[in-house]
Amino acid sequence: MTGKEYRTITDVKGPLVFLNKTEPVAFGEIVTLRLANGDIKNGQVLDTSDDLVIVQVFEGTAKINRETGVTFMGDVFKLPVSTDLVGRILDGAGRPRDGGPEIVADEKADIIGAAINPYSRQSPNDFIQTGVSAIDLCTSLVRGQKLPIFSASGLPHNDIALQIARQAKLKDSDEEFIVVFCAMGITAEEYNFFRSDLERTGALENAVLFVNLADDPAVERIITPRLALTAAEYLAFEKDYHVLVIYTDMTNYCDALRQIGAAREEVPGRRGYPGYMYTDLAMLYERAGIVKGKKGSITQFPILTMPGDDITHPIPDLSGYITEGQIVISRELHQQGIYPPINVLPSLSRLMGSCIGEKTTREDHKSVSDQMYAAYAQGRELRGLVAIVGEDALNERDKQLLDFSGVFEDKFLRQTRDEDRSIEETLDLCWTLMSSIDTKYLVRLDQKWIEKYHPDNRD
Amino acid sequence: MSNEGVIYRISGPVVTATGMSAAMYDVVRVGHEGLMGEVIELHGEKAVIQVYEDTSGIRPGEPVLNTEETLSVSLGPGLLTQIYDGIQRPLPTLEKEMGVFITRGVDADAFDLEKIWTFEPQVAAGDAVVGGQVIGHVQETDTIIHKIMVPPTVSGTVKSIESGDFNVTQTVCVLEDGTEMQMMQKWPVRTPRPFQQKYAPDTPLVTGMRILDFLFPLAKGGAAGIPGPFGSGKTVTQQSLAKYSDAQLVVYIGCGERGNEMTEVLDEFPHLIDPNTGKPLMERTVMIANTSNMPVAAREASVYTGITIAEYFRDMGYDVALMADSTSRWAEAMREISSRLEEMPGEEGYPAYLSSRIAEFYERAGRVETLNGDDGSVTVIGAVSPPGGDISEPVSQGTLRIVKVFWGLDAGLARQRHFPAINWLNSYSLYPQSLDQWFRDNIAQDFPEIRTQISGLLQIESELQEIVQLVGSDALPVDQQLTLEVARMIREFFLQQNGFHDVDAYCDIHLQYHMAKAILSFQDAAKSAMADGALLNDVVNVPARSDLMRGRFEKGYIDRIDSMVKKMNDEIADAVETN
Ligand SMILES: Nc1ncnc2c1ncn2[C@@H]1O[C@H](COP(=O)(O)OP(=O)(O)O)[C@@H](O)[C@H]1O
Ligand SMILES: [Mg+2]
Repeated sequence: MTGKEYRTITDVKGPLVFLNKTEPVAFGEIVTLRLANGDIKNGQVLDTSDDLVIVQVFEGTAKINRETGVTFMGDVFKLPVSTDLVGRILDGAGRPRDGGPEIVADEKADIIGAAINPYSRQSPNDFIQTGVSAIDLCTSLVRGQKLPIFSASGLPHNDIALQIARQAKLKDSDEEFIVVFCAMGITAEEYNFFRSDLERTGALENAVLFVNLADDPAVERIITPRLALTAAEYLAFEKDYHVLVIYTDMTNYCDALRQIGAAREEVPGRRGYPGYMYTDLAMLYERAGIVKGKKGSITQFPILTMPGDDITHPIPDLSGYITEGQIVISRELHQQGIYPPINVLPSLSRLMGSCIGEKTTREDHKSVSDQMYAAYAQGRELRGLVAIVGEDALNERDKQLLDFSGVFEDKFLRQTRDEDRSIEETLDLCWTLMSSIDTKYLVRLDQKWIEKYHPDNRD
Repeated sequence: MSNEGVIYRISGPVVTATGMSAAMYDVVRVGHEGLMGEVIELHGEKAVIQVYEDTSGIRPGEPVLNTEETLSVSLGPGLLTQIYDGIQRPLPTLEKEMGVFITRGVDADAFDLEKIWTFEPQVAAGDAVVGGQVIGHVQETDTIIHKIMVPPTVSGTVKSIESGDFNVTQTVCVLEDGTEMQMMQKWPVRTPRPFQQKYAPDTPLVTGMRILDFLFPLAKGGAAGIPGPFGSGKTVTQQSLAKYSDAQLVVYIGCGERGNEMTEVLDEFPHLIDPNTGKPLMERTVMIANTSNMPVAAREASVYTGITIAEYFRDMGYDVALMADSTSRWAEAMREISSRLEEMPGEEGYPAYLSSRIAEFYERAGRVETLNGDDGSVTVIGAVSPPGGDISEPVSQGTLRIVKVFWGLDAGLARQRHFPAINWLNSYSLYPQSLDQWFRDNIAQDFPEIRTQISGLLQIESELQEIVQLVGSDALPVDQQLTLEVARMIREFFLQQNGFHDVDAYCDIHLQYHMAKAILSFQDAAKSAMADGALLNDVVNVPARSDLMRGRFEKGYIDRIDSMVKKMNDEIADAVETN
């Protein structure tokens, strides 16, 4: 049902348009706006009553005036889905951006997405080897997890995300991931970087890209991730694919949310972001997982840049409350020239316990991970003390730990952008590096693993 | 005006209807699909409704029907082992009706109305009965007898009573005045269930977590708040409490949190054994899961649904523990609805009535004399998720004003992998005074004194640490260095407890006492050996001490600990001679 065209706009404010008296319009209904010069814009109903309708315009409200014609399309926002999506590049509103044909739909899916019944979920427990030692050892990724990268401007989060996308695989399996990539307000340069990398490695053929760039309409960013996740759900739960969703940059998404809140004169929560931002983000992040009776899965890798490198800022804070851990990128390590500059100390994978060990990675994984973490944490802390009392004041144990923290960064963290370490290689490397510490100080290692894996006891 | 109106406005989960007679908290059916909602505000002839399901696609002009009932839960056999959404729809039923995604417009009975239960009468014809009185028993699970009670507002003389197999809607008892009673009854969630009087708590809720039971005990019928930033251990702590605490029944509310965490509980609990009864944990558990992506109005309702179920079992004379993870998400749901109502906001956009709602909720905890003269309790443990971990915000503050136990989670400790990451310096419990008698009578006469010594040592450590930061520990006199070692032993051996460890995740309260004594015993032995010339380093490193400390990871520790302490003390005494 496409209704008639109204010319009843009364107010325009920021991204919002206010109209009087229409036929009954549905909450969430899609709207087209026809400008005097014939240009078309799109929007969605945010508030509807007998007297007043509020429409959020995705492309911004420039040139909209009281003469603009408004048509209600009779339905909520839907994405045409089919396996033809794979290999395509679409814009932030789901239109082809690669010059290819329109997507021929098998079906149309509501982009808001319904919540997965918690009773219908299956606990994720398949270890994904990323080939990045810091992640595989300390914050192991599980198929079906949502694990964001907390980064900041100027840091190489894109390289890390791409490296993961290239290298991610189930151990002892060559099952491939379909990558759904969702750009929100990133620069053309960043986008080209992603795209050419995907092209170079042939991954583009197995990917769907939804692209909203920095100079594309900001409000459109509200729907871009929903389109991407709708495509991901279709591919995972209707077509049995394992899907890896990378979206970047969540910070731009949240800023668009704030802009709409401000235009509606809503009472803001912390730092001007809407009070419902937690719920809104959860409606995205919770669209990850595995469900009973379906073969596919959705693993999410959102990237966000922390304003002012502040992890307590509402964007990383609310994200961390929803996601199943976080990988924190450190400016300090980056400045030391270390790639990937992952600070394992504040990083966490909440699902790690279920995916590591004898059956999945290796029997010594947990023990090694705990010991590497503890030794590095203590070594890092000693750096502070040394700055005050000098290295000579340290006892033997502390000296070894201090030295170890340097080795950890230089030999364990550091790897090249195309270095794909297997989990066995990572664990063996750990044993080699830990052998610089007297075993009597390695209290978190099980004796039986020391006997089996410590270089002193091997051949 | 009739009980039927039309939609005037839709703004997210808030819908306004006109032309309908309505009272506050009436349950209504919204739109052609009959979505469930609740009247939360009246303006002239307009009724403002919060809707428990997604409203997209709904239009002004669609019908609204007032059921003229208030939002209620169904209470009766069948509650246990269930998992519900915020408005008591069983999630397995929703799966059956809708598939794995929760769509909308589906009603579901709270439990199987056809299922047959064996009703054993406890009263006879001619008996006078009053509200709350138990008229019959149903063995609901291996561990729980479900007591069928006269609804609180009913009383009279029994005319007839049945015995045998019935479903929950069949009449099992008739009173002289014609009142018929079934095994199922309803109660409005926003109204606390009545009782005769509240008692002062005098029994601890024993949790099996050493830092909680020993340093910051919670009383049965008390209330505790666990604030902490993300990743600090709120959920693991709440789940441990659900697994190991000595409540007879557990109501676990996942309020606006992760879907996978509920799945984890569902996967795990049926295979776990309650250490207090030896039966599967699931048999004493009711779960409510309204995850972060489920409708926000139903999230607001979920805590009331949960606490009403808890009160119902309390009224049977049970000790019930309720966990709400996280109360901050409930508060945020209130904020979201309030802002849609364009109410004047209080602090940080929360409604001005936030703190009174929090207080009213925690006030529903308590140890009571029930209407039938029994003794029952509801203990409430609420997780709080302060933005950025800063507890100066309204939800944390509103909670701390009312609860008597504060278990403060600390990001720094979590980062050091010190779990549970409960900060022993700023956490508190106001219960010890009322519980000490219990500890003396049931665990050990000197239990409170041992506690004081342990917490005293931790205090001294924190003062000494400040000095160490400046000059290094070698600069301290040797007796203070010993104190630091003892305090380290308290932290690493006693306070740390891995919530996932097969053995150590649960620690018997008697064992806790022995472990605390072991630490003090080490201190005494070391002091006297050092007075006789032993070196601190030798004393600390006697092999039997690390054996003692590792012993807690093995089963049967309680039978060995005394001999292990003795061995340690002997070795420490030997350290004098070898020197
Ligand atoms: N008692 C504990 N024992 C062992 N690990 C814990 C414990 N508490 C927390 N953790 C670790 O910290 C992580 C985060 O804990 P969680 O309870 O999910 O935090 P929150 O609910 O506060 O965000 C867990 O995944 C686990 O790795
Ligand atoms: Mg949690």
